Amino acid sequence: MSADTPILEIKNLQVQRGGAPVLDISSLALAGGEILCLIGPNGAGKSTLLLTLARLLKSSKGEISFKGRRIDSNHSMLTYRRNLSMVFQEPLLFDTTVYENIASGLKIRGMNKNEIKDIVEEYAERFGIYPLIDRSAKKLSGGEAQRTSLARAFATKPEIVFLDEPFSSLDPPTRESLIGDLDRVLRETGTTAIMATHDQMEALRLSDRIAVMNQGRIAQIGTPEAIMNTPADAFIASFVGVETILNGEIVRTGAGTVICHVQNGEIEAVGNAKPGERVLCCIRPEHITLSTGAPQEGASARNMFSGRIVRISPMGLFYKISLDCGFFLTAFVTILSAENLALEEGKPVFASFKATAVHLIRRSARG
Amino acid sequence: MKKSQRASNGLWIALLCLFMLSPGLSAARPAQRNIILSTTTSTQDSGLLDVLIPIFEKKTGYFVKTIAVGSGQAMAMGQKGEADVLLVHSPAAEKKFIAEGYGVNRRIIMHNDFVIVGPPSDRAGIKGVKSAAEAFKKIAAANVIFMSRGDNSGTHAKEKVIWKAAGITPGGQKWHQETGLGMGQTLAVAAEKKTYTLADRGTYLALKKNLGLDILTEGDAILLNIYHVIEVNPLKWPRVNAAGAKAFADFMVSKQTQKIIETFGVEKFGSPLFFPDAGKKEEALGK
Amino acid sequence: MDIVVEGIKHAFILLLTLDREVLGITWLSLKISGSATFLSMFIGVSVGTAVALNQFPGRRFVVSLINTGMGLPPVVVGLFVTISLWRHGPLGFLEILYTPTAIVIAQTVIATPIVMGISLAAIQHLPANLKLQILALGATRLQMVWMLVKEARLPLLAAVMAGFGGVISEVGASIMVGGNIKGYSRVLTTATVMETGKGNFDIAMALSIILLLLAFTINAILTHIQQRERPR
Repeated sequence: MSADTPILEIKNLQVQRGGAPVLDISSLALAGGEILCLIGPNGAGKSTLLLTLARLLKSSKGEISFKGRRIDSNHSMLTYRRNLSMVFQEPLLFDTTVYENIASGLKIRGMNKNEIKDIVEEYAERFGIYPLIDRSAKKLSGGEAQRTSLARAFATKPEIVFLDEPFSSLDPPTRESLIGDLDRVLRETGTTAIMATHDQMEALRLSDRIAVMNQGRIAQIGTPEAIMNTPADAFIASFVGVETILNGEIVRTGAGTVICHVQNGEIEAVGNAKPGERVLCCIRPEHITLSTGAPQEGASARNMFSGRIVRISPMGLFYKISLDCGFFLTAFVTILSAENLALEEGKPVFASFKATAVHLIRRSARG
Repeated sequence: MKKSQRASNGLWIALLCLFMLSPGLSAARPAQRNIILSTTTSTQDSGLLDVLIPIFEKKTGYFVKTIAVGSGQAMAMGQKGEADVLLVHSPAAEKKFIAEGYGVNRRIIMHNDFVIVGPPSDRAGIKGVKSAAEAFKKIAAANVIFMSRGDNSGTHAKEKVIWKAAGITPGGQKWHQETGLGMGQTLAVAAEKKTYTLADRGTYLALKKNLGLDILTEGDAILLNIYHVIEVNPLKWPRVNAAGAKAFADFMVSKQTQKIIETFGVEKFGSPLFFPDAGKKEEALGK
Repeated sequence: MDIVVEGIKHAFILLLTLDREVLGITWLSLKISGSATFLSMFIGVSVGTAVALNQFPGRRFVVSLINTGMGLPPVVVGLFVTISLWRHGPLGFLEILYTPTAIVIAQTVIATPIVMGISLAAIQHLPANLKLQILALGATRLQMVWMLVKEARLPLLAAVMAGFGGVISEVGASIMVGGNIKGYSRVLTTATVMETGKGNFDIAMALSIILLLLAFTINAILTHIQQRERPR
């Protein structure tokens, strides 16, 4: 196996349930040491993909190769499975001590007692649960239990780890702490990982690549920046959180820029579309700046619109501001800024954003 | 793997258990060692067989499986060839059994008798009545309950014979209650309700002290309960242990056994439970 | 109520004087019901687990059968076993009617569906992904089944206790197939029925009490195993 051989490779993988395909992936390759995050709505096929990759679910078509070798026969499946680990959303611990849980994978492999002891203690330490090592699994908190599950998964020194929304049922501070530990251990051990998650912050933080899944297919795969800033279609765009999507038609072009006519206005964007083309303009809410006074001449934002605040919705650390400028814009504003600008519903404001903040999706693409 | 090791260990233990409990291949002289003796619960309950069988087994090396059931079932087992020898006391049914070719060598062993028992208050006034049929007529006429076993046992068969002799059909009448139980239990129920029933003397004597019922009518010839031993016909059922059946039947009529029968129960109850009759004719019995 | 008191007194006298016949009957009861429970545990836990973990056509029907079997009337079992084992029946050549072995067979048939049904429910009650988690840890199928059985040990031991309880107290089938032969196939339950039938209520009561003591002792041991915290 050369250094270029992907550690895991899929060709034409299909999984059927009740006659209908629930997973259909034409190709996917994972490099050694890479961390790939799967995001997508419920039912998109993230869990199905993980379970199929771990050979815990039968595929109806296609092949999976591990380090260049196909995984199909029962024998190769067992050997393959002993090179991987999986962590589920529930800790799924055994009714025994933390020590025994972490050791379970090693015991399955027939390791002797002394070797086991060293490894178990090492990984308990790595995930911060060494003091709990003799405690019964039934008496652990949610975070401690999931740490145990992680320690158990890593103790067998897997080449690939599959994680299916491992932190979904934990509260934010616990989640924070665990993500940090997982990140560290992954980097330290150089383990390849595929993780399904609902939380985009998690995905942004951990992954080398992100795959967006929808209806059993991979809609887009790429670096976090690529996904977030250049979503391939409207679905991805709306899923990863670009809030403003406007229908438009190119009316003019300039030097690397185009002007789109949208309902009641014109937006300048960066792109190579031709006049007459129908496009979608996508603008991330954090790229829109609001001000109450008319902005200065020569300000860098090329797109400036006056409008009225229609709705203010709290969104955790931000306010989501819906504006009517002849077309609807959605902006994120920090609570502090909102207070400084004394924003309230019905107030007239100015919204501005750079041409580079506008991402064009050509209408011929899917969506 | 741990599980399969444990599984195979367990399988050996299980097989060992089965083997431990099987009749075993112990030293036995006769070729077909087991004899299935089907008899009635009252015979079994008298305790006579508990004395006789060990003697027989020791002497011959046979192993006797005494299956004590109701008379009806005992004969049915013989009809199906599922027993080797019968020890029963239902003369009418036995004669039919022989006539139909199911049994051979019907030989008389002993007799005891039935008694009509009831509460000391005796509202039907049968005390001292000599004829059993008369006593039954009086019971039917008085406003009292009669406890029947109602289970086609020898006792029940005898009871039906007496009703017939009395010209009464008690079936379905409110004062004639059927327990469907064994002799001991039926006596207990009759004692509880302070009322009348027909019982074999042996069982009555064994339970007398707790019952509070007295013997009110006895001695009528019709109350005789005669025991025969019948070997199941090997021509009809080749698989029966014909040799064993014959050995057992011969044993039952033998002098020593008859002597034991004669004295059985005297020590415990003051009078014998059975009267040995081997070699006598059935019609000659009774006064 | 003094019959009960009499019975208790009698029971202790029989036990303390080590009455040979009673001890023999008690030991036989234990051997027979113990063997039947053991066999039914093997068949019941393995089949119950197999049905719980696998999908196959007709599975729901099989589960209904097992659940129905849990309520199988013991006397019906006794009748069928008798018919099979008697001389001219299909298995007559084995010549095991009216032997303790026949009682073990009948009791095993009675206990197995009980153990099977409860095992099935016990394994199905485990978290749905636990099987996958164990496989993901690199377990072979056999290791996986063993680990699941360990996880479900509480209800599985309850299943065994239910099976044992069902057979130690069984009388109808035991009389039919065993014949209640003195010193050979007479067990506590059949002896109790016989003594009651004879009208010897005090002996019957004593035997009942011994039976209760036996059942309690065995179950106390099994409960201890079930409830103890795993060491290490």
